Amino acid sequence: MIRALEYTGRPFIYIFEEFGRIFTFLINAITWMVRPPLRLRLVFKQMESVGVQSIIVVLITAVFTGMVLALQTFYGFRMFGGEGLVGATVALSMTREIGPVFTGLMVTARAGSAMAAEIGTMRVTEQIDALYAMSVNPIQYLVMPRLVAGVLMLPFLTIVSDFIGIMGGYVVGVFLLNINPGIFMARMVDMVNLGDIFNGLIKSACFGLILSLIGCYKGFNTRGGAEGVGKATTQTVVLSCVSILISDYFLTAFMFR
Amino acid sequence: MIRLSNICKSFNDQVVLDQLNLTVEPEKITVIIGQSGCGKSVLLKHMIALIRPDSGQVIVDGEDITSLDEKGLNQTRKKFGMLFQDAALFDSMTVGDNVAFPLREHTRLSEKDIEEVVFEKLKLVGLTESFHKMPSELSGGMRKRVGLARAIALDPKIILFDEPTTGLDPIMKDAIDGLIMKTQELTQATCVVISHDIDSAFKIANKLAMLSDGRIVESGTPEEFQASKNPVVVNFIKGHAETNNQN
Repeated sequence: MIRALEYTGRPFIYIFEEFGRIFTFLINAITWMVRPPLRLRLVFKQMESVGVQSIIVVLITAVFTGMVLALQTFYGFRMFGGEGLVGATVALSMTREIGPVFTGLMVTARAGSAMAAEIGTMRVTEQIDALYAMSVNPIQYLVMPRLVAGVLMLPFLTIVSDFIGIMGGYVVGVFLLNINPGIFMARMVDMVNLGDIFNGLIKSACFGLILSLIGCYKGFNTRGGAEGVGKATTQTVVLSCVSILISDYFLTAFMFR
Repeated sequence: MIRLSNICKSFNDQVVLDQLNLTVEPEKITVIIGQSGCGKSVLLKHMIALIRPDSGQVIVDGEDITSLDEKGLNQTRKKFGMLFQDAALFDSMTVGDNVAFPLREHTRLSEKDIEEVVFEKLKLVGLTESFHKMPSELSGGMRKRVGLARAIALDPKIILFDEPTTGLDPIMKDAIDGLIMKTQELTQATCVVISHDIDSAFKIANKLAMLSDGRIVESGTPEEFQASKNPVVVNFIKGHAETNNQN
């Protein structure tokens, strides 16, 4: 009986321990954020890596998501003559949910995994030890710039995603499904308020923190050569995606009450 | 001077260092020899506090570094240069940037002055032509030479070498051995070399120490080592695997 309880409880203990370690890692990184030197050059480099280099994949995801959203809602709303609400539905979905969440997932796949692989490789090839040996704190040098870049760039990417997604919905709704453009826009402006957009951006900043924190944490704690780097990368993508989706529910429940 | 006193270190249940005592003499080359996997690199990393001991003291220039905080450790580590086993060059930087890294981090030199120092260090290791190359374009021996140039960029008082000749061909081994001796002669630094290459060890060492079963089982000059009657030392020098295992 006790053994069965032990067996069942062990994964939960591991999960709580892991969360504790990740939280400690975050506090450590925040502490190093405010200590000189500020390392702005590294922050800008990471902003370019996380933000600029992710734009294409975010654009493609957003445009097709907006298009398919318009298509699906059109077929649904047509049954009760609500085609005019397609624009508002696409815009609300994009700004509140799909923009931030899909951007978070896409950036996880592209940049979060790269963070884990890069830092993980540095760990197993002793480059992180070399930083310590040269009196350079690797949390400040490697982790802090990535966290800042994640938090700052995700909202920007989400703005792009929202805009392009709505554009995709507009093109399908107006040019393919012949929805009146005036009604499309008017309903959208009526129903979407600034709070929807703003809350979506706050969510995206949280997702940026989650994906960069997990990517850096997994990379920093990589063990066991190339296989370890592979595992760290996979774990980063899985854990980040799951964490983004779970936190999305709680953030939504908190912000859109 | 570096002194390790009663150092104990275990990983999970595996005891790696067990009440280890060692004194490294200043301005000399001390080579620590021992079988692969006996804990030589762990021992070396204790000297620069990359690994903290479970118990015991690591005294560097009269200061116990095991009790230092992050800030104190950073100050102490500036006395050190370290050449890692696979050089640990930063993949994303050129050779020049790798060597310039500690200078950019810890000095206020202008870029022009930094470039001069980098050239001087690369010239010492015979790699000025590789200034703009990426580490991935270098051979194993060249990487180690760049690693050495980076390790001595700040003219440290203490230089640690983690298996500098492992995986190199005999000619490159000889070149690296020569570089270690030349560097020590030029800088008068305290050098600690980890090696299981007995030929290299006898060639470069002013003092040898042998690590076995978590302890230093013998230390002395190369001549004293060659005259040693300690069976662990004798078997290691002669490369007698079976007899060594029996001990």
